[in-house]
Amino acid sequence: MRAFLYTLMLSLWLPAAWAIDPAPAFEDPALQARYERLARELRCLQCRSETIADSNASLAADLRRQLRELIAAGKTDGEIMQYMTDRYGDYVRYRPPLAPRTVLLWAAPALFVVAGITAAVVVILRKSRLPEDDPVDPGLGTS
Amino acid sequence: MWRYLIPVGIFAILIAFFFAGLGRDKETLPSPLIGRPAPEFTLPRLEDPTELVSSKDFAGRKYLVNVWGPWCAACYDEHPALLEIARRKVLPIVGLTVPQGALADQQGKPLPLEDVLEEMQRGLRWISELGNPYDVTVFDQMWTTAIDFGVYGAPETFLIDEEGVVVHKHVGPIDLTVWERDFMPKINASRSAGG
Repeated sequence: MRAFLYTLMLSLWLPAAWAIDPAPAFEDPALQARYERLARELRCLQCRSETIADSNASLAADLRRQLRELIAAGKTDGEIMQYMTDRYGDYVRYRPPLAPRTVLLWAAPALFVVAGITAAVVVILRKSRLPEDDPVDPGLGTS
Repeated sequence: MWRYLIPVGIFAILIAFFFAGLGRDKETLPSPLIGRPAPEFTLPRLEDPTELVSSKDFAGRKYLVNVWGPWCAACYDEHPALLEIARRKVLPIVGLTVPQGALADQQGKPLPLEDVLEEMQRGLRWISELGNPYDVTVFDQMWTTAIDFGVYGAPETFLIDEEGVVVHKHVGPIDLTVWERDFMPKINASRSAGG
């Protein structure tokens, strides 16, 4: 029972702490936090919908190793992202940058909401202008 | 009455979008390297690791960099086409041999020498059994050069011109159709422009 509880505790604790790596990349918790944050910002180009923090692919492991070395070399976050996009393009960034090319992508959710609200308002206004006893539309008018 | 055609119109637009998307290649990512200087490298030869090959050895010449590995099934498919391209002697082909993931632990420490040599042996066996299309073959144990080239899936092939600029990149196996259509015009264009 006790062994089972320990296993359970370990299995709950491990994935959250270290994700894919068998050991933390840095002993310094501040550097480790940066490492994990940046790993979640970078896309694995072999599996596309996963970040290199989540992916088991060999390329993800190589990019994590590269990321660790860049952090250890004292590079800033900006320099590291630049290093990656210089080689793999903007696609390596898990969150696409806000650029003229991607404005539509970022604006799309807001545009959809606005379009939906507009459509709803138009429909409601039109329906409310219908006479109470509409002979053409008995279903709606009589209720 | 016309308003009932609106859904039909929207449906038609959707179909047009999906149909256009059907034939599109969504796997190949545009390389930021095109039109920029190719990354420099100095790597050991696969045949003799004591001998180093540098990208500077090819300065002033057009050459091809083909990224491959003995673990890579698509490279096996590509191999006959690569042999034929080599036979035509258009330009030197550099084989950038990579293992399936860097031969290092997570901290970046290289794996024991036996593991590295075994991986190199696999590459050599491939070349001796299937034929060697490469003018020179280098071994990138740590994926350093491969990452500099933005490699995400072997095989990948880069065309580099006399100025050392990446002119073209192809992801996936090359066949002779691709070679004639995508590579040859660019090889000839830079040739006439340079000379």
